[in-house]
Amino acid sequence: MNKETTSSKVTKWVLISISFIFIALMLLLPLITVIIEAFKQGWDVYKQAVVDDYTVHAVLLTVEATVFAVIINTVFGLSAAWSLTKFNFKGKKILTTLIDLPVTVSPIIAGLIFLLTFGRQSPLFPILQDLDIKIVFAVPGIVLATIFVTFPFISRELIPVLESRGNDEEEAAALMGAGGFTIFRKVTFPHIKWAFLYGVVLCTARAMGEFGAVSVLSGHLRGKTNTLPLHVEILFNEFQYVPAFAVASILVVMAIIILILRSVIEYTGMRKSNVR
Amino acid sequence: MNQNIFKFAAVASIALSSVLFTACDENKSENKAGEAKVEKQTIVNVSYDPTRELYANYNKVFAKHWKEKSGKDVEITQSHGGSGKQALEVANGLEADVVTLALEFDVDAVRAAGLIEDGWVNEFPLSSAPYTSTIVFLVRKGNPKNLKDWGDIVKPGIGVITPNPKTSGGARWNYLAAWAYAKKLYNGDEAKIKDFIKKLFQNVLVLSSGARGATTAFVENGQGDVLLAWENEAFLSKKDHPDDYEIVVPSVSILAQPSVAIVDKIVDKRGTRDVATEYLNFLYSDEAQHLAAQNHYRPSNKAILDQYKEFDQNVNLVTVEDFGGWAKAQGTHFSNGGVFDQIYEKK
Repeated sequence: MNKETTSSKVTKWVLISISFIFIALMLLLPLITVIIEAFKQGWDVYKQAVVDDYTVHAVLLTVEATVFAVIINTVFGLSAAWSLTKFNFKGKKILTTLIDLPVTVSPIIAGLIFLLTFGRQSPLFPILQDLDIKIVFAVPGIVLATIFVTFPFISRELIPVLESRGNDEEEAAALMGAGGFTIFRKVTFPHIKWAFLYGVVLCTARAMGEFGAVSVLSGHLRGKTNTLPLHVEILFNEFQYVPAFAVASILVVMAIIILILRSVIEYTGMRKSNVR
Repeated sequence: MNQNIFKFAAVASIALSSVLFTACDENKSENKAGEAKVEKQTIVNVSYDPTRELYANYNKVFAKHWKEKSGKDVEITQSHGGSGKQALEVANGLEADVVTLALEFDVDAVRAAGLIEDGWVNEFPLSSAPYTSTIVFLVRKGNPKNLKDWGDIVKPGIGVITPNPKTSGGARWNYLAAWAYAKKLYNGDEAKIKDFIKKLFQNVLVLSSGARGATTAFVENGQGDVLLAWENEAFLSKKDHPDDYEIVVPSVSILAQPSVAIVDKIVDKRGTRDVATEYLNFLYSDEAQHLAAQNHYRPSNKAILDQYKEFDQNVNLVTVEDFGGWAKAQGTHFSNGGVFDQIYEKK
């Protein structure tokens, strides 16, 4: 008996130290390196890199793409989650499977799909040209790619919550004469609020960091179609290591903010649902 | 219930489409604001990997020149990457007013896509090559593995860094330079030459998509014993790290002629032909030729080239004409199923 407890204690500590060492080596060390390298030549060099016109533009473009991705995926995610959990229809299985596609497909494929659909070799291109709409190698392409890679995040968070709840409350509300939007606002949404916010946070994080798909569609035009991750690569390739790390540190800070937000949401969400 | 759902769907779709419309509007108004501000012309220069520093400097000089000449401001947007990849992006719709790529064939790929008119090679002096370069070895200080010529770097155990000839212009020049050496060594015995090239690529540790990626792998990440590099790229690394690297000039190398061209379809659409033409013409001016030399490109103006002692002019330089021109060299060596594929697959 005693022996067993000691051995399980050992197992516990070994497992815990493995997890901590792994996280320290794989996550903390590189993150700390980024920060150290960013400040290697002092605050002034750091500041210069961060307030550089190209960097500011890259930040704005990244924020723009992220905002669009979150808004559009919110609408899509809510509709998809709602329809998949509240009705039965033909093609439901297919829809469920297809939603997950962006998670399984490599981002570079996503980029190439849009390049082939809207690029010069596509039959759509002359029409777009006539309408004076630029998609590939321009901002809309970057927004599209970002939406593509992030679209499952919100619906995937919502579907399990909605599924486990069933339709009873909504049906009761409908019987009492509530309209669809009222039901959504007063009955459904309060239940899925935390899952929804969690999805938004994940979606934001992924959208900000997207590199592969955006890289294919960007054309790497400095000050025009350069997002933050792409800008880091460009700086690195220009032997501007300190600025590269400085810009990377912006991404790290954004990631940390999101991580904190995530924990807050998780914590509050859990407390709220426990109270209920 | 069902009706309510439809209402919700309707609301959702209206919201979605309004978001999309505002997105389009925003882009349009942005464009308008940009046009109205001042009479500022913008051109896009899609270039290859190592020219980042050259064009960063040249663009400033040219903007000043254009302001003096025409009274207008010009803003030049740069894009850099592996030469072949860049050509493909232009062919796929990246709107470049001018392309300044690593070799004639890549510009020709843009022509083949219908964007550049035939005969572009003769549109600017010297086959539209305002500066040239060659291929050299960059080795670690003191040359610890004693790598003096192509024959040394195919020996077993030597780590070679070169970009991928499929996507990089510099890498194609590397390959052809090695081929020229082997051809001379084996008196044109094709089987032996191929074996030589095969050995070379068996030694390759990192095959990056562009020249700059290869340089960072060698210089910053400390991979390999020798970097097959553009002369300008090797000089740049040596300048940044004078105590760490040496340049070795092999007995045979190739005259690398990067080509420039106006993308006719785009300049006509955007009304930028005048500024784009001057942008490329001015590359031949004395000022720009000196600037090229300072950025370690060989000026095409012989008098200016002679002023810069760093360029070894005694190297035996073959040209792509020795391979029957780029169309033939590309077809034989780098097309799908070509000699490079055969060599690289049979490891």
